[in-house]
Amino acid sequence: MSMHPSEPLLRRDRLPHILCEGCGDGIIVNALLEAIVELNLPREKIVFVSGIGCSSRIPGYLLFDSLHTTHGRPIAFATGIKLANPELKVIVITGDGDMASIGGNHFLHAARRNIDMTVICSNNYTYGMTGGQVSPTTPRGWRTTTSPYGNAEPPMDIARVAVAAGANYVARWSTASPLQIKESIKKALTKEGFTLVEVLTQCPTALGRRNKLRTAVDMLRWYKENTVALHHAQELEEQGVDLSAKVVVGEFVDRDRPGLVRLLGLVKEEEKRIEKKEEKLTPEQRAAKRKEEEERLREARKRILEVIAKLGSPKIRRMIELGGDVEKIEKELVKHEG
Amino acid sequence: MHMAGVRFLQGNIACAEGAIAAGCRFFAGYPITPSTEVAEWLAQRLPKVGGVFIQMEDEIGSISAIIGARWAGVKAMTATSGPGFSLMMENIGFAAMTETPIVIVNVQRGGPSTGQPTMPASGDIMQARFGSHGDYAIIALSPNSVQEMFDLTVEAFNLSERYRVPTFLMADEIVGHMREKVVLPEEVETFTAPLSKKGARYYFKPDPKTLVPKMQVFGRGYNVHVTGLTHDERGYPATNDAKVHARLVRRLVEKIEKNADKIIKVEEHHLDDAEVVLIAYGAVSRSALAAVRELRKRGIKAGLLRLVTLFPFPEKLLAKLARRAKLVVLEMNLGQILREVQRCAKRDVHFLPKIGGELHTPREIVKFVEALK
Repeated sequence: MSMHPSEPLLRRDRLPHILCEGCGDGIIVNALLEAIVELNLPREKIVFVSGIGCSSRIPGYLLFDSLHTTHGRPIAFATGIKLANPELKVIVITGDGDMASIGGNHFLHAARRNIDMTVICSNNYTYGMTGGQVSPTTPRGWRTTTSPYGNAEPPMDIARVAVAAGANYVARWSTASPLQIKESIKKALTKEGFTLVEVLTQCPTALGRRNKLRTAVDMLRWYKENTVALHHAQELEEQGVDLSAKVVVGEFVDRDRPGLVRLLGLVKEEEKRIEKKEEKLTPEQRAAKRKEEEERLREARKRILEVIAKLGSPKIRRMIELGGDVEKIEKELVKHEG
Repeated sequence: MHMAGVRFLQGNIACAEGAIAAGCRFFAGYPITPSTEVAEWLAQRLPKVGGVFIQMEDEIGSISAIIGARWAGVKAMTATSGPGFSLMMENIGFAAMTETPIVIVNVQRGGPSTGQPTMPASGDIMQARFGSHGDYAIIALSPNSVQEMFDLTVEAFNLSERYRVPTFLMADEIVGHMREKVVLPEEVETFTAPLSKKGARYYFKPDPKTLVPKMQVFGRGYNVHVTGLTHDERGYPATNDAKVHARLVRRLVEKIEKNADKIIKVEEHHLDDAEVVLIAYGAVSRSALAAVRELRKRGIKAGLLRLVTLFPFPEKLLAKLARRAKLVVLEMNLGQILREVQRCAKRDVHFLPKIGGELHTPREIVKFVEALK
């Protein structure tokens, strides 16, 4: 029997898992483990931290060091872990109830501090573990066991809150686009500071069946039909199209403010040496280096757009719409051009 | 690393220096009167000794962060007072369940609720013992001087590491804010929980004698899973297994109860021939000792049992004393340690409470004891 490439990273002695059939958390685990493998991150330096909820059970199935904490608190626990040993790569797996509701304050302040950690928020719009109650992200009008007449409250936009609070990198995708999830997780894991990948995921068992979305397929279709890529959304809004019923996906921010580890002066000796080396460059040299890099990216984007206009490949168009990785699109273009 | 020599210090600062001496290199806290000086002092001192200080968004975050830090291999502490202590209860239970060695300093003030921020009390004693939900056991110490704010902080770290249990320094506003002469030793004895072998299948299997399992640290290839759920000896959730739950939770309590004789410390004054034994702890015990001396001058054979360890409670000693002397409990609450004494004594126990933020005076105690005849 052939082995799944991620299988060596799982605690096989804990299977089968407790998640329901059709749950989107499997898509997240797949993307996450692929990202870790592709980045070739050393396993012993990764620590998973989670709170309470369906997605928070994920670390229990992964063969890494992991801390399964209390409801809403994983980011606070993770803060202690990261500051006590800045060499560790700290990954928090949380959900909408865990992070946006009971853990809202820890989330805001971790983003404000820009503490170096990657948070993956599995946002299924509901409290799945307790049987499907209304959550801070449940869309208006949706029925849950505690909003039996339809949710009256406006939902929270987790990604935009994170941007406003000060996170370095924030992306949101639905489980209908697993490749984008993986690419964003890879980016998040390699960046300094607070990085968040929010994944809109399906919960047919506790939420979908109360909202005419009985199966995982129905819910994934709903996501496909109701998500709009960020840059596309901006254009549409300029044209006066009402997007209030849609969910915007994409990369909301990608910046390089210093992370808390650096701000506190806790950087490793090796990194300090690299920094010193860069310090030797004159400001002009540094500016020239940056300009060169920007020029290269601009050229790449220009070429992509030209080719699209000429060839109109739907696949490449889709990749660009979803804000995909430039290098990947370039590769696809080469293939397309034959 | 820590300050040494003869000093004139505030209690909260002595506590902070005790933490540094004990090897604490991580502090997370939130400002609250009357404990804030512990945080302020460590904010200044920890970065200079290779440690980290962080002011968290609240006390829930503070205790979460120190538990995380300890699993990352660094000894950690937080300090607070009543309202913050209440917020910490959730993860005190988590620390008990995951057997995380941490130290929590509570410089007690008058409660309930916001109560009296600047006044002393001992109203959180039972909260320290039973505040989080479910069955568990903890260790709690009660300093009565600035010297002990240093000494017992070191002791709290060592006990928390030896028994892998959250350990409390139950100070009060008086000892926290008082300034006294202290002698800080050059070196103190420290203990760190031993680490297990890597790749073992049963990370949470206890030592059969001490009932304490060896520890792991994140980032060294252990691949350990730590959860607040009921877990088997591999550390894996086993929430529906009655036997696993009973075995785990019984052990969490028994590892403290069965080692109680090794943990408990008391101070005995004039107990040999005492016909009346005063029982006190914290700042009150100083008034009580003055009262005992005065009572002896007046011909009353009084003695003092000062509790240094509050929990585990010295049950055997109390039962023994109750058989031959009248017992008088003095405390700055309406009866918390009193209940523990009553439980052990099996006879009437006299009680002199004082709340409102003023310490018992020796004269009040003398008057109360004289009136017992």
